[in-house]
Amino acid sequence: MDYVRAFIVGGAICVIGQLLMDGTKLTPAHVLVLFVTSGVVLTALGIYEPIVDFGGAGATVPLPGFGYALAKGAIKATKANGILGAFTGGVTATAGGVAAAIFFGYLMSVLFTPKSKK
Amino acid sequence: MASKKLGKQTVKFDHPPVIIGTAATVGPKEGQGPLSSYFDTVLSDDLYGENSWELAESKMLRETVKLAVQKSDKNITDMEYMLSGDLLNQLMSATFAARDLGIPFFGLYGACSTMTESLSLGSMLIDGGYAKHLVAVTSSHFSAAERQFRFPLELGNQRPLTAQWTVTGSGAAILASYGQGPRITHVTTGKVIDLGIKDANNMGAAMAPAAADTIATHFEDTGFAPESYDLIVTGDLGAIGKEITQEMVYDRGYNIAKVYNDCGLMIFDNKAQDTHAGGSGCGCSASVFCGYIYQQLQKNKLNRVLLISTGALLSTTSAQQGQSIPGIAHAVTITNNVKG
Amino acid sequence: MENKKLQSINKQQEYNEYVQQKIPKPTYFKNCIWAFIVGGLICVFGQFLANIFKGMGLNKEDVASAVPMTLVFLGAFFTGLGVYDQLGKRAGAGSIVPITGFANSIVSPAMEFKREGYVFGVAAKMFVLAGPVLVYGYGSSIIVGLLYYFLGR
Repeated sequence: MDYVRAFIVGGAICVIGQLLMDGTKLTPAHVLVLFVTSGVVLTALGIYEPIVDFGGAGATVPLPGFGYALAKGAIKATKANGILGAFTGGVTATAGGVAAAIFFGYLMSVLFTPKSKK
Repeated sequence: MASKKLGKQTVKFDHPPVIIGTAATVGPKEGQGPLSSYFDTVLSDDLYGENSWELAESKMLRETVKLAVQKSDKNITDMEYMLSGDLLNQLMSATFAARDLGIPFFGLYGACSTMTESLSLGSMLIDGGYAKHLVAVTSSHFSAAERQFRFPLELGNQRPLTAQWTVTGSGAAILASYGQGPRITHVTTGKVIDLGIKDANNMGAAMAPAAADTIATHFEDTGFAPESYDLIVTGDLGAIGKEITQEMVYDRGYNIAKVYNDCGLMIFDNKAQDTHAGGSGCGCSASVFCGYIYQQLQKNKLNRVLLISTGALLSTTSAQQGQSIPGIAHAVTITNNVKG
Repeated sequence: MENKKLQSINKQQEYNEYVQQKIPKPTYFKNCIWAFIVGGLICVFGQFLANIFKGMGLNKEDVASAVPMTLVFLGAFFTGLGVYDQLGKRAGAGSIVPITGFANSIVSPAMEFKREGYVFGVAAKMFVLAGPVLVYGYGSSIIVGLLYYFLGR
């Protein structure tokens, strides 16, 4: 059952992204920035948490889920460490994903070369 | 008025220069298109044995010049000028090729209008008596242009339906003051025109007003009619730009529909090759003209052609600063029979 | 002079409206179906990974790190193989919005600029697309933390 919910929630978030790209002049980079920031804002407002509870990976894998992890980490660390936590919380919570992106990104670029489009 | 001028923007040559030979090189994708049999060289790999796409483009331009010179029974040392440009920053392809060829060099930037820009200036040099032989050449390369102007190749983005496909190709034409072959009789130099299109994925619409203005001005200056031509062909307007140009020229009182085509629509089979609105780039009109059109002229299947290469004068800086895209178009009359 | 400027602005507006009619409409429905299915499937795979990691005994927070790390690896790997852009051509947002798309936006420029060297090419270009995501993501999370500190308690 959690697979069906992940499929529906994840698919729906991607459709919103698709409508934004087709209907406006936003580039993929703009959509990504918008989605991460809205993930942060929606989490702070308490709206994203219920979506994550329902959709599981369907809500955490798309980019708003990255924003969700950032905001949740920031709030949690602020609770624990005060103002320092506001700065460290988001970065700590997402450190794994970002470090992996840098490391694997570098590795793949060294190993592979881009192919021309046919 | 200067004695060789007709009207405001057109030159009529007293001694029309001859195009004594041409050569066209294209990439693998263009080689699968409908005009494939008219190109001299079709690359099997668009890196062309080089280390980068930019160097591959430069090599393509250089080899195309050599081939055109050879096909015209001349030597590189006979060439008195090389008029050339491309899309890369600071004309990397053209200057690097000129460095190797050792021909006196004028670098031109006219974006995708470079083919007719170089033919125009080359014809003036020859008619003016400043040279006997020269070469007009340009090139573009899909992967090199894509990475300079758009996104990395491996990025999983979608291309809008209005987007065009930069042609990997080069075309070189050898102009001479004497000899056998079709001649350039008239040149109409275009103005930079900008009607406020900002979408870099819709260059056809950005360039169409410039193309329409140059075509209509050409008719007004020379007194020619659309019927004077077997073919009126724009450089790389694509499906949308072509339709707009045709309607805008019609509004100025000339119906070109019967003889009008666009190189960007001729070089690819848009449906089968997934090129959306059509081909673009300097190499588009260059390879179609130096390949297909020149051969049709030689076989007398076409006798009088108006070639209008069209350029979108945007840069990555101007686009990021939200500026609209200025367009330019230059027209050149090429004919088998000078009297007519 | 003023009048002439006004005229040219009107002309530009008129032309833009005229061009709009000529532009083929994107195939909204087909694009959305593709985005939904591909995006949904990537998330289902994420859920599958989460369940596996949970089964291996990882706690909730470790799962929340391990899933994106695995997906980022796969996104980067398939970009390297030259497959991800093929998927993206059809799936659009379906493969851009999941975290695998974030990895794609890092690897694709880094690979592309390898010929400009490993410092100013690969390393510097790695973040041309992903950098803004981190700037706005981290930036807004810090603001949220600060707001929480000053207002929330």
